Amino acid sequence: MKYVEEYRDLRLVRKISEEIKKVVSQPWVIMEICGGQTHSILKYNLEEFLPKEISLVHGPGCPVCVTSLELIDKAIKIASEKDVIMSSFGDMLRVPGSEKDLLQVKAEGGDVRMVYSPLDAIKLAKENPDKKVVFFAVGFETTAPANALSVVEAKRQGVTNYSILSSHVLVPPAIEAILSSPDSRIQGFLAAGHVCTIMGYEEYIPLAKKYKVPIVITGFEPVDILQGILATVKQLENGEAVVENQYSRVVSREGNIPAQKLLKDVFRVIDRKWRGIGNIPRSGFALAEKFAGFDADKIFDLGKIISPESPLCIAGEVLQGHKKPTDCPAFGKECSPENPLGAPMVSSEGACAAYFHYRKIRN
Amino acid sequence: MCLAVPGKIISVDESNPDLRMAKVSFGGIIKEICVQWLPEAGVEDYIIAHAGMALNKLDEEDARLSLEAFEQLEKSLDEEEESDIN
Ligand code: SF4
Repeated sequence: MKYVEEYRDLRLVRKISEEIKKVVSQPWVIMEICGGQTHSILKYNLEEFLPKEISLVHGPGCPVCVTSLELIDKAIKIASEKDVIMSSFGDMLRVPGSEKDLLQVKAEGGDVRMVYSPLDAIKLAKENPDKKVVFFAVGFETTAPANALSVVEAKRQGVTNYSILSSHVLVPPAIEAILSSPDSRIQGFLAAGHVCTIMGYEEYIPLAKKYKVPIVITGFEPVDILQGILATVKQLENGEAVVENQYSRVVSREGNIPAQKLLKDVFRVIDRKWRGIGNIPRSGFALAEKFAGFDADKIFDLGKIISPESPLCIAGEVLQGHKKPTDCPAFGKECSPENPLGAPMVSSEGACAAYFHYRKIRN
Repeated sequence: MCLAVPGKIISVDESNPDLRMAKVSFGGIIKEICVQWLPEAGVEDYIIAHAGMALNKLDEEDARLSLEAFEQLEKSLDEEEESDIN
């Protein structure tokens, strides 16, 4: 595929790898924030191409993984009501709640469906006027415009039986939370390229300055990732800490402005609890007041749900880069993709699932 | 979750001004993608899409230049390797 294959060229990967080895003179800890990048790193075994001085730690950039247990339990309760069709992206259906996941609700007779786009969920609502169609809207800034558009379209088309359960999370506040933690050991960041296609990268400039860390906006292919690492290492070695854009073929400084306007119109910024991490101020999107009629959180009043996490799962530490999935005593034993204890084992972009899958193939 | 892939616009349907849709080819697989926020995107352009939505247009000139920069990097390394051997 054009604009994909070129960035998977092994020869190029080797060359950039050589360049990194030449530049590096001391140990550095770099976090890739995005789960898509974690997946690529494991899939292409990119750590093999890095000198031993570079440690990569995997960030919380998998929206499926960080959606709070309370919200999953809420989605499960809504899906269990008899006049509801619950829809979401595939991975969301397998994330374990306190007692079960959405697929189990389906097995018990609930109407739970996987969709490719929230616009498909509106179609479902139009085809099933006697049902309440709910879209479990997860995602970062990359996915938020699609979910926002679905609400605007539902309003425009007069589809009143459609709503979304918003569990949106935002990347810059998470980076700030990680950096401001007293035991953070992260010295440089690869920022999530596709989040920045929408949001641009101005928000990262004050973060790089305040915490004195290089932040490099990076793509998803092996060549992109190694190039992002090279740029980060060069800055670290030179004592610099600025925002750089490795992924300039799709990311501009200002991002996609019409999409940002839509987000501002449809959502409001709220504090959000991240699974395994806890509350992060101003790190989520909820629907704005004027779209309250499409807000599943308001339509289905379920009271307060309190859900304690599994005591075995150390996902919080994995998601903040304190520990690797293989440090978890349950990894590959009580916890596997067939029987996940925590969300990072569900999504293919969760660090635990990526380790499980690609380590197994290699061993 | 944030995976978005480049595809080439085959045709654009302008019939609904609120929901501009395009047929986009991803390595031969055709999908309907909303291009509402990319008013300047047209047939033959490459876009990067996610969850049924075009996120941004791919800057082909930029892609070409950065790949060329890699080639340069390759060349200089090749030369170095050669001089290592000599
Ligand atoms: S391996 Fe399973 S139990 Fe351990 S941190 Fe990952 S998801 Fe949680």
